[in-house]
Amino acid sequence: MSILVNKSTRLVTAGITGSEGTFHTLRNRDYGTNVVAGVTPGKGGQDVDGIPVFNTFRDAVDKQGANTAMIFVPPAFAADSILEAEDAGIELIIAITEGIPAHDELRAYQVLKKNGRSRLVGPNCPGILSPDKANVGIIPASFFKPGNVGVVSRSGTLTYQVGNELAQSGFGNSSIVGIGGDPVPGTDFIDVIGLFQEDPETELIVMCGEIGGDAEERAADFIAEHVTKPVVGYIAGFTAPPGKQMGHAGAIVSGSSGTAAAKAAALEAKGVKVGRTPTEVAQIAMEILGH
Amino acid sequence: MDLLEYQGKQLFARHGIPVPSGKPARTVEEAVAAAEEIGYPCAVKAQVQIGGRGKLGGIKIAGNKDEARQHAEAILGMDIRGLTVYEVWIEGASQIASEYYASVVFDRSAKAPLVLLSTKGGMDIEAVADEDPDAIARLHVDPLVGFQDFHGRRLAFEAGVDADVVRPIGALLKKLYNAFVAEEATLVEVNPLIITPEREVKALDAKVTLDNNSLFRHNENAELRDLSAEDPQERMAHDRGLTYVKLDGNIGILGNGAGLVMSTLDVVKGAGGEPANFLDAGGGSKADAITSAVEVILANPKVTAVLFNIFGGITRCDEVARGLIEAFRQLDPKVPFVVRLDGTNDVEGRQILAEASLPNVYTEATMDGAAAKVVELSK
Repeated sequence: MSILVNKSTRLVTAGITGSEGTFHTLRNRDYGTNVVAGVTPGKGGQDVDGIPVFNTFRDAVDKQGANTAMIFVPPAFAADSILEAEDAGIELIIAITEGIPAHDELRAYQVLKKNGRSRLVGPNCPGILSPDKANVGIIPASFFKPGNVGVVSRSGTLTYQVGNELAQSGFGNSSIVGIGGDPVPGTDFIDVIGLFQEDPETELIVMCGEIGGDAEERAADFIAEHVTKPVVGYIAGFTAPPGKQMGHAGAIVSGSSGTAAAKAAALEAKGVKVGRTPTEVAQIAMEILGH
Repeated sequence: MDLLEYQGKQLFARHGIPVPSGKPARTVEEAVAAAEEIGYPCAVKAQVQIGGRGKLGGIKIAGNKDEARQHAEAILGMDIRGLTVYEVWIEGASQIASEYYASVVFDRSAKAPLVLLSTKGGMDIEAVADEDPDAIARLHVDPLVGFQDFHGRRLAFEAGVDADVVRPIGALLKKLYNAFVAEEATLVEVNPLIITPEREVKALDAKVTLDNNSLFRHNENAELRDLSAEDPQERMAHDRGLTYVKLDGNIGILGNGAGLVMSTLDVVKGAGGEPANFLDAGGGSKADAITSAVEVILANPKVTAVLFNIFGGITRCDEVARGLIEAFRQLDPKVPFVVRLDGTNDVEGRQILAEASLPNVYTEATMDGAAAKVVELSK
């Protein structure tokens, strides 16, 4: 088992004819992901290395049965693309695009919530990998093998770092989910941790947070109430100064809220062990699973 | 992007939010001319993004031309908590009967705009929230529906504003909300929102934060500058499309991906070092971006050692290695570099570095090892 992406994923890429869109879509297909279509308005009827391109998401769904969308279009048009995918009835929308205006994200989020038929992961995320089943996004899959550790993270490269530490300690992954570093993520820690709790293959959950917002604090409460599997945490940004945005649009300490120390304390208060370095996360995982 | 008070007030004025009349000035002469035009008494206000600037001597009232000159001379160029004052805002002094507080914030937790109103204005709203949370009326607005007139009335009644200003305050909140949406702000705050003895409602201060990601469609806002807050290295990095934040220490840091760079800062600090900067070279960086980033890091004279921490996903380690070699060719750095390369094409990257045998470059296999090494070399 795994969560969100697997062998039944039928992927359509928005922005498939752009250079990044083409490159990563083909990489995902090479990995074994079932890529069924691309969408680029005005380029319907063409193909990208055999993958048919359609003008609209509706066509991609009607003709190819796409059920998962990967959004690779530029930030100014990305929210529109997300809304089009939702309107076409795509169940899972994974938005890789970085730099989408916050108010666009807010509207897209509220529409998806109101209609209740699609899940958005991201934006500004590396995507989702379920080793040996499917890879949707830009996660370098060669570092990861199947296993029993579920990883959820706000940051891409930090996920690779932590995942690599775990791999070197002998752990594989059920799924690795990047929820993204933006202020309004479509899917939060809570949602993914809930899915890992229900996934029989996952025995340990690793969550990598960072400064800004209160998603980690809310996750701590959720874990205490709903999660029986062990959870190991990591928070980046202990040394980040207040008021400075550390790269991600969502990574900013404002006033006294959103600090790494407060997040680690909130998690530890609910019994979640928090590694102070990525290496320590792997050590704690070893202690818990006993390798 | 945080706006200066006067930039915020000019933005408010565009949306019909009443503000005192005023003019910005960058020289004493400009300030005096502005004061003469506006009339006396007028306020000379330092334009820096620091709370409590009045107590630090950054706001003075001028009763005549001589005082306007005297205050402008004193305030322009002064240092307020490390920020130099490059601009003042001259505005007509206001009579105050009551001081309220109003704001619209982008509430990440609720994923909706949150409108706040309180009759306890003029002081630190976080202190009010701690001591007397009931004194602040709050309302989340569904962004798909927008701010309705009844929202304004409800907030005004709940906050307990004077009965005669319920409707004007409600109308102001609606304008504030619409400005928040139209300008794609993440914060618009008025503290104090004043009621004059003539029962006029006016924004006496303005705090506005705009979403950087939306500036491409707001040219007027994208051109605004805060000279006092612009660090030369930060500007240089910005011009080169790099994400750079200057810090206080002496170890230059370069990594790829915001989370990994933050984590690197933490690990370096844990190893006893002090990072000089946050620099995210971004995903898919090519050699020239790396060279450019090294130049930005070395432009800070405090840097005594540099750490590269790369975990390649889209970024290829061989490109990073080539960029570093090119940086050495162009810049001939005098400080040691510690390089940790992992991920896509890491073997090639390490081999390229080994063959180049750059002076004073050390490779480390792990993030922890690299942090320890750079701390040792930085001393």
